[in-house]
Amino acid sequence: MYWNERYECMPRPELEALKMERLQQTVERVYHKVAHYRKAMQAKGLEPGDIKELNDLSYLPFTVKTDLRDNYPYGLFAAPLSEIIRVHSSSGTTGKPIVVGYTRQDLNNWSELAARSLGFAGVTDQDVIQISYGYGLFTGGLGIHMGAERLGACVIPASGGNNQRQVMVMKDFGTTVLACTPSYALVLAEEMAELGLTNEDLKLKAGVFGAEPWSEGMRKEIENLLGLSAHDIYGLSEIMGPGVAMECSAKEGLHVFEDHFIPEIINPETGEVLPYGQTGELVFTTITKEGFPVIRYRTRDLSSLSLEECSCGRTHVRMERIAGRSDDMLIIRGVNVFPSQVESVLLDIGYLSPHYHLVVERINNLDRLEVQVEVSAEMFSDEIRRLEQLEHQIKQRLDSVLGVSCKVTLVEPKKLARSEGKAKRVTDKRNL
Amino acid sequence: MYVQQISIFVENKPGRLAAVTRLLADEGVNIRALSLADTSDFGVLRLIVNDPELAYTVLKDQDFIVSRTDVLAIEMPDVPGGLAHVLEVLGAAKVNIEYLYAFVGQSGHQAMNIFRIEDMEAATVVLKENKIKVLPKEEVYAL
Repeated sequence: MYWNERYECMPRPELEALKMERLQQTVERVYHKVAHYRKAMQAKGLEPGDIKELNDLSYLPFTVKTDLRDNYPYGLFAAPLSEIIRVHSSSGTTGKPIVVGYTRQDLNNWSELAARSLGFAGVTDQDVIQISYGYGLFTGGLGIHMGAERLGACVIPASGGNNQRQVMVMKDFGTTVLACTPSYALVLAEEMAELGLTNEDLKLKAGVFGAEPWSEGMRKEIENLLGLSAHDIYGLSEIMGPGVAMECSAKEGLHVFEDHFIPEIINPETGEVLPYGQTGELVFTTITKEGFPVIRYRTRDLSSLSLEECSCGRTHVRMERIAGRSDDMLIIRGVNVFPSQVESVLLDIGYLSPHYHLVVERINNLDRLEVQVEVSAEMFSDEIRRLEQLEHQIKQRLDSVLGVSCKVTLVEPKKLARSEGKAKRVTDKRNL
Repeated sequence: MYVQQISIFVENKPGRLAAVTRLLADEGVNIRALSLADTSDFGVLRLIVNDPELAYTVLKDQDFIVSRTDVLAIEMPDVPGGLAHVLEVLGAAKVNIEYLYAFVGQSGHQAMNIFRIEDMEAATVVLKENKIKVLPKEEVYAL
């Protein structure tokens, strides 16, 4: 079952020609309408006419997050505000956030791709979909929302939070599809258990989970607890929002919607384009966006691409599930570990603003990960038993999310090295 | 109405207990009773002091993780079987004790223990029925 068979299964030569045509249009557009891109291209002595084949993409300059920030809020828009009918904004952990704008045609394409993504997970107009991504400036909620409506599913715009009500809605409204972050899916599973419910009491069949890196172990846990088939969805507001790439029933990577985005994998150190199969930084160029086209945007997400034939019959290139970020990744016993994963686990458990520190050592040739977690006033209990339970709970969840066993130590606050502004999260003693 | 116990999270590291007690000493807080529960990495120090409000504020200001818990100070004869009798009374009434520890000082022939109990109200009633003395907080702080 395809949502849009013509595009999803387009033969490669036809798809390549379409990509080329759209890339040229996009380069023309940004060159003439966005000063930043024109200057960046001129600095390399490039004109739109120099892009004659797809491989010429690699001549174009990269766009990085600071470029987006420096042009805050509307500097990179390639359409006048009169044509922009929606803006979204990504959370800025440092400095200004990033503002992205969509024309009517952009929203039309986005809802098409979000609908296509839901179709990958087997969602149809017969389904009741509960959207528990946050609604608002964040693209997650509204992006999936538009796609689900386009598909004709019955939409429950639950947004995030109020776990108990989420579970009640899921049960009483007969939710068949859940869309949220994977860690929130686990929170809801816990809430279910607390209310004495099992997946037998629910009608869930599929889950569309994204917006954060998650492991295969976490997928199994979610599938077992919720009794559904869990699919990974990828997207980022700089490129569009959810629906840039989506996992099909084969669950061997996510198909990137190449009729709208061209992915590349580069060596994050040198910027050199890497061949299929090699892991590096994921770079996207949008080729249909009008409001906020982006040329060779460096996502900092690590992945690899594969053109191998997929059993689902779709022809679009697949990206490996996100291995994490190129800026803060740790490799422990061969497993990629990210501080952000620790943070999301602590938030899920009930920490309001978690402080933690990762210490990696190599003992007898084996990597050992210790996660030091500050005890906060809201998590403190006078009873040792409760604190040990907390420690155990954090460890269990971390082991599952990280895919590598760790030691959790509860520590006093302010003991953890905090450099100015951004906390130093990692001490890697292996190089010493 | 209950006696307020101060509980502090401390890492199992040399000097941590000293830091807590020195801080309290400098503020003139006197420790009446204490217990330390520990694991391999951390411990919880529980204190009965002459001025729990002051102790709480001082520790909190220095970013210690600290909480206040209601406990009962129960008086019993300082003779063999004194504690056993109290525990039997509570046990018979199915009152669950979370933890208990002995008071440092004592008056005359009486001993005192600090009890942390799940159902404080039930415990208070049972103890009263059995004529076991629960010390009022003012008396405990002033000891």
